[in-house]
Amino acid sequence: MSASSAFNDEKGGSSNVGEPEYGHDPASGGIFSSDYKRHDDLKEMLDSNKDSLKLEAMKRIVAMIARGKNASDLFPAVVKNVACKNIEVKKLVYVYLVRYAEEQQDLALLSISTFQRGLKDPNQLIRASALRVLSSIRVTIIVPIMMLAIKEAASDMSPYVRKTAAHAIPKLYSLDPEQKDCLIEVIEKLLADKTTLVAGSVVMAFEEVCPERIDLIHKNYRKLCNLLIDVEEWGQVVIINMLTRYARTQFLNPNMNVSTADKEEKEKKKTEATAIVRRKPYVMDPDHRLLLRNTKPLLQSRNAAVVMAVAQLYFHLAPKAEVGVIAKALVRLMRSHSEVQYVVLQNVATMSIKRRGMFEPYLKSFYIRSTDPTQIKVLKLEVLTNLANETNISTILREFQTYIKSNDKDFVAATIQAIGRCATNIGEVRDTCLNGLVQLLSNRDELVVAESVVVIKKLLQMQPEQHSDIIKHMAKLTDNIQVPMARASILWLIGEYCEHVPKIAPDVLRKMAKTFTNEEDIVKLQIINLAAKLYLTNSKQTKLLTQYVLNLAKYDQNYDIRDRARFIRQLIVPTDKSGALSKYAKKLFLALKPAPVLESPFKDRDHFQLGSLSHLLNAKAGGYQVLPDWPEAAPDPSVRNVEVPEWTKCSSREKRKEKKADKPFYSDSEGESGPTESADSEDEKKSEKKSKPRIGSSESESEEDNDSESESSESEEESEEESEEEIKKKKKRDKTHTFYIGVQMFATICKPAWLNMQFLLNPLPVSVPQTIVPSGNLKTYELLHRITGEGLSVEYCFSRQPFSPDPHMVAVKIQFTNSATSEAKSLHVEDAKLQSGMRIKEFPEIEVLPAGETVSVVMGIDFCDSTQAANFQLCTHTRKFFVSIQPPVGELMMPIFMTENEFKKEQGQLMGMNEITEKLTLEEKCQGEHAIVQRVTTAANLSRVPCGSDKEFAGKTVTSGSLVLVSVVTKENGAAQLTVNCEKMVIGTMLVKDILQALTQ
Amino acid sequence: MIHSLFLVNSSGDIFLEKHWKSVVSRSVCDYFFEAQERASEPENVPPVIPTPHHYLISVLRHRIYFVAVIQSEVPPLFVIEFLHRVVDTFQDYFGVCTEAAIKDNVVVVYELLEEMLDNGFPLATESNILKELIKPPTILRTVVNTITGSTNVGEQLPTGQLSVVPWRRTGVKYTNNEAYFDVVEEIDAIIDKSGSTITAEIQGVIDACVKLTGMPDLTLSFMNPRLLDDVSFHPCVRFKRWEAERILSFIPPDGNFRLLSYHVSCQNLVAIPVYVKHNITFREGSSQGRFELTLGPKQTMGKGLEAVLISSQLPRGVLNTNLNPSQGTYNFDPVTKLLSWDVGKINPQKLPSLKGSMSLQAGASKPDENPTINIQFKIQQSALSG
Repeated sequence: MSASSAFNDEKGGSSNVGEPEYGHDPASGGIFSSDYKRHDDLKEMLDSNKDSLKLEAMKRIVAMIARGKNASDLFPAVVKNVACKNIEVKKLVYVYLVRYAEEQQDLALLSISTFQRGLKDPNQLIRASALRVLSSIRVTIIVPIMMLAIKEAASDMSPYVRKTAAHAIPKLYSLDPEQKDCLIEVIEKLLADKTTLVAGSVVMAFEEVCPERIDLIHKNYRKLCNLLIDVEEWGQVVIINMLTRYARTQFLNPNMNVSTADKEEKEKKKTEATAIVRRKPYVMDPDHRLLLRNTKPLLQSRNAAVVMAVAQLYFHLAPKAEVGVIAKALVRLMRSHSEVQYVVLQNVATMSIKRRGMFEPYLKSFYIRSTDPTQIKVLKLEVLTNLANETNISTILREFQTYIKSNDKDFVAATIQAIGRCATNIGEVRDTCLNGLVQLLSNRDELVVAESVVVIKKLLQMQPEQHSDIIKHMAKLTDNIQVPMARASILWLIGEYCEHVPKIAPDVLRKMAKTFTNEEDIVKLQIINLAAKLYLTNSKQTKLLTQYVLNLAKYDQNYDIRDRARFIRQLIVPTDKSGALSKYAKKLFLALKPAPVLESPFKDRDHFQLGSLSHLLNAKAGGYQVLPDWPEAAPDPSVRNVEVPEWTKCSSREKRKEKKADKPFYSDSEGESGPTESADSEDEKKSEKKSKPRIGSSESESEEDNDSESESSESEEESEEESEEEIKKKKKRDKTHTFYIGVQMFATICKPAWLNMQFLLNPLPVSVPQTIVPSGNLKTYELLHRITGEGLSVEYCFSRQPFSPDPHMVAVKIQFTNSATSEAKSLHVEDAKLQSGMRIKEFPEIEVLPAGETVSVVMGIDFCDSTQAANFQLCTHTRKFFVSIQPPVGELMMPIFMTENEFKKEQGQLMGMNEITEKLTLEEKCQGEHAIVQRVTTAANLSRVPCGSDKEFAGKTVTSGSLVLVSVVTKENGAAQLTVNCEKMVIGTMLVKDILQALTQ
Repeated sequence: MIHSLFLVNSSGDIFLEKHWKSVVSRSVCDYFFEAQERASEPENVPPVIPTPHHYLISVLRHRIYFVAVIQSEVPPLFVIEFLHRVVDTFQDYFGVCTEAAIKDNVVVVYELLEEMLDNGFPLATESNILKELIKPPTILRTVVNTITGSTNVGEQLPTGQLSVVPWRRTGVKYTNNEAYFDVVEEIDAIIDKSGSTITAEIQGVIDACVKLTGMPDLTLSFMNPRLLDDVSFHPCVRFKRWEAERILSFIPPDGNFRLLSYHVSCQNLVAIPVYVKHNITFREGSSQGRFELTLGPKQTMGKGLEAVLISSQLPRGVLNTNLNPSQGTYNFDPVTKLLSWDVGKINPQKLPSLKGSMSLQAGASKPDENPTINIQFKIQQSALSG
């Protein structure tokens, strides 16, 4: 429909010109003269000043190019339009230019100035497209211009232009390899680029220009790993493949020590490391781990190439125990287009030899469908054979039996071979297979029989004594089978085991001698062999026959056969001057031959990088970079350290872990422009808000927390249990802590342990009884003095209780004391003057406060995570007082429970600007651990991370839920280092000040 | 990377060529034609063919071979996946991807290919970006273009390429904001001749059509996300969020796209909603065979079976068939020996059947292959995975 309309359009356009005869099919060929004339017409149209005519002409020219017709003689006419205003004309001119510039170098130079002008355009897209076309014109003269343009573009403001520069590098390199050194400089510069847009393209350029300069990657390794998930799909493939190679040169083989247990488990156990004394000899480089962790989610990409790239990375780099994760993803790819299946199956076949266990659970996915193309069937068969073992062989053989009845003869032949391989590999089923194959000998299809014979021959070689009846049966088949390979196999068998069938063998030779001249070469050779062997064992009966066969062979057309005949005659027929060898003839011919080993054609293919073209073809393709072997000793890992402050801090594994994990998925790296970043944070807020109402449903929430925190550990439940235990322990030890008091009270109300847990993980419990904490160590502030309040004094403190009506509010406990003589009536809040965003939840009005009495109420204030004061009026029945509550920064947060691992992980994500470190000298009294803990928790509403080696505290801000992580590392002589990590920098800075004060006073 | 692309139709003509680097002569395709001749079936052409100087990687879609020429090492899946993406884009633009459609829109095709690859490396493959660069041809637009002389190429410069959300075009506006999600599940099963299921697996996709203004950020939560343990996502989905909370959170592309596809493994047995009773026998000696098929619904939860299509590859010995369908039409191709029976809708009261005789080659012995029977069917509004 749309197609025909486009056609009409073309027609309509040309009828405007008044030359409808050329409008129909611009490039359908026809006789030469008309073709020539048509070009004249096109030239005219191109020279006109109407855009529509030009466009029409260009469309026809492009159609010609598409069909492979030569349109080069129009070059001058077309090139004139390179500066045309009409965008489509311009684009089509570019298409033409790129196609023919190589052939018309001089004329192409005419267009260069236009592009040079474009390179200076204020619009980044125009700069980019100018560079793109300029670099696509393969004219050697402009190499210097291109070089200059690329260099300039590489430091352009716009990441898109830089991306285009990266694309231009391989173009220039292929045009002039001499520029390599200069280009490497540009690549080095672009590799340091922090945007996802550039990363894929520059690694591509790196791979094409200087794949051997692995040293350029060091400094960018961690960045590439972290950016990977946000790079576009095609870039991901290139980066992953490159990093696989890199990792092979820089890290140690994780499987060199077979006893090495699962690394992840080890990591998990680290918290209880004290208990585990056993030192493991191999420790994975944290950077190695980083790569494995950051590529894993990409197994869920929609792009098969990305999935394959990750799969090969895991196959080549991961410890044995972890490789299994790729199986599921690869099996999923088998539902894709048949071409994808073809490539994936090839790789699965290679993998299944090395790591059979990985695919065993998916055995059924490799069952063959009748609709599969033959090449897929054969590959699936290969995989099934590789996967066969004692336990599953019976089901596999049953499948094979069905396959043998297929219509597809090539496939049947492959199945028979597969049965043969199963039989050789698995001793238990050898007899069953052999019987099955012998039954196939009576099959009507000759190809089936022939293939069976070949396979039986191989099987019989393993134990010939027991199967002389099979050999006899096969001897009978020589009358019927015509397939040369099968005939040759039978003859070889009879010759080899002629002593088992002494009566039949000479007879077979007799028949063969009769048909010798009509046989195929391969059969002839076997006839000669048979004759020789029989001559040696049974010369009485076969002497003449042998002579006859050798004579026939002497005059054969094939020189191989003539050669063989001459050789054998000299060897076995005793003559006067027979050589020394004839004595050993028997030994030579009747030696015991080792049974053949039936091997997969995919064996040892894994020395090629999986997923590569070379692996698929099992031959080295041009430009293939050999996957290096693991180094004996790891090169210095510090080369990957970067001087930029952000990265230097990540010295320990946990810190570096998941640096970016919780950043919004789309986030570009640090270098991203302002507006996008703000949009991102907005995103996050939004999604957070959305998830909030759901939080009441406790199960999913606790699960979520656990999930995200213990991402590396496989089983959720385990970690859940673990942390639960930890809580209990902690509770016993540290009851004085206010936070835990709350827990305990709660625990006494609700017995089940999991509920207890939920309370801790869930920051906003719905059903927490509103208990007032004994406020022994809570600081009280004055809200209204007795004198100004005319007898009414009001104090407040931050109760550090969750404020149940609204979880985003800070609970403020207000204590009214009426020291006047008369009673105060109707105490309430009025006319709150709040900063935007702040909210207040008033306490219920106190109707009467008799003289001398004291009453406490709780109100909630949402401070919006700022220390701005909340101003409001406190009213009695007679008066109004202006009061304000200003929270210390430490009260704007609430404690959350974290394990040490989680703490480290989160801390690793809050680096750079979000981290503030201060050195301090602890005051004498507070050098003990207990004192520090107490002072910090008094200064800020945080909870201590249990079992931590250092003093670590975690919490989150009440309104936005941003994490606040504090750690105090003590050194000798009271020196200590305080680190605060918080997404909200203002809060972080203020908190540092407060805690510093608390610890040093 | 990708040097050139040739489009070859089923009769072996190259009807379009595009080069991204120096021109590669179309004679390189001769190696492809050789391989094509060697292969018995069109789909048996090997996807990767080495030639002395180049490697040919091809995919077959809609009876057109897309042959990419590459010169050096590149992951084959990379090229294959890209070629499929090209086909998907054509389909998206022209509705169909046929030789005629490509020939009629050759200029648009060329412009698309030019944008999709730069120097053989993929540049813009997201349909949203491409549509911003090159507007798809529609009737209205072609009419307008003929009158006003405007073009198919986007007037303003596309900014989508620059954004951090490269799959969504900017400045989307709709008066009716709507989003549709289609869940399509396919079941794939092998059933042996006694009717027991050998293996069955379910492949599902969620296709979305989102027409929302601005930059919507959607979240989608599932009643039972545990079912989806083997999933692949559109790049717009945030992996982390899914891993942590089993919630899909994404900024969707504009228009139609495949949000996710999932795979329910064969371990949990699936109820196959249809059964087939068959009786195909050949008698030794006689040149006749009996053929009987009856099919009926099984566990469909009251949903009707539609568009039932049965095909079976009969043994080579079968010369012709004389069958009588109780409903629908059947067709037997004596050359390929392919029997196909278009049943249509199954009425549970009156089960469709196909009965009759087959005539075999005289004198030939009883064929020993078992014909396989392929059944395709559709059930509306039913989720097999539960």
